[in-house]
Amino acid sequence: MTIRRHHDMGGLDAGPVETTEHDYAMWEKRVDAIVKVLSTPDRKLLSTDELRRGIEELGPGVYDELSYYERWISSATNLLLEKGVITVDELGTKMAEVEARWIKDREAAE
Amino acid sequence: MSHDHTHEHDHGDHPYQPDIEDFPFTERMVMTQAVAELIVEKGICTADELRQQIELMDSREPGLGAKLVAKAWADPAYKARVLEDVGKAAAEIGIDIGDIPIKAIENTGDVHNVVVCTLCSCYPRMLIGLPPDWYKSRAYRSRTVKEPRKVLEEFGTHIPDDVEVRVHDSTADLRYIVLPARPAGTEDWDEHKLAQLITRDSMVGVTPAKSPEDL
Repeated sequence: MTIRRHHDMGGLDAGPVETTEHDYAMWEKRVDAIVKVLSTPDRKLLSTDELRRGIEELGPGVYDELSYYERWISSATNLLLEKGVITVDELGTKMAEVEARWIKDREAAE
Repeated sequence: MSHDHTHEHDHGDHPYQPDIEDFPFTERMVMTQAVAELIVEKGICTADELRQQIELMDSREPGLGAKLVAKAWADPAYKARVLEDVGKAAAEIGIDIGDIPIKAIENTGDVHNVVVCTLCSCYPRMLIGLPPDWYKSRAYRSRTVKEPRKVLEEFGTHIPDDVEVRVHDSTADLRYIVLPARPAGTEDWDEHKLAQLITRDSMVGVTPAKSPEDL
């Protein structure tokens, strides 16, 4: 039996291709932009290979639970933490701040 | 098309708010916003750069690839240059494909080409925009290399037994675009008219180009 990692799915069996699609949401476009901007030759804070490695390291459970750009932002964020570009504290504080702001915005919009 | 409009709002101390359609938000959306703000606050990039990158990708759509394919159909010398070097040929018509090389592969009466990325989602995004969901799906990634004819049937594409099917597995360093076969009955068509026959899916190789009757 061949040992293969979870992302390496070429040639495996799977169900029919569902040809439905969705328009990209703004937050998904933003994930894409973050990754591209951090990968520019003058920054090189991320590379495609690193991003993929980070996605592959999410493990089978998380990999399948998350949507495509959820995997991307999870991997990119882990890489930025790993490289010390941002710290866990900074991320936690900022996420709490963003969430509080959005809840307020949502209440204001209602 | 509920999400193809851009309305980022600047509010002084934070770079942007989510679109109202993004509610209810998820943890990863919050994470995305937090990372975007942190990298801006740390001076790693500017909010403008992030916006410009989003605008760049919004400007990438299958019409660009269609323009290139239509010109290749209409001009054999140009087609030879496309097959030689897509980046240079695209630059001739004002399209910058960026740093990652793209290789063009031609469908003929004997060969049908189809593109997949089994490991992730590599795609000629600078020529035809971001990939559709199915391209990134487990089913497409797993099965296209194993039973391409069956997968193509699921897109309504029947490839006769005497036509060879070639599957190209993209990588982070090399992407592919299919030059679909030019439909019969278009001999006197100009590039502009030809371009209307060339769909995104035909440039991935899951369908042929439209035929004149489809227009």
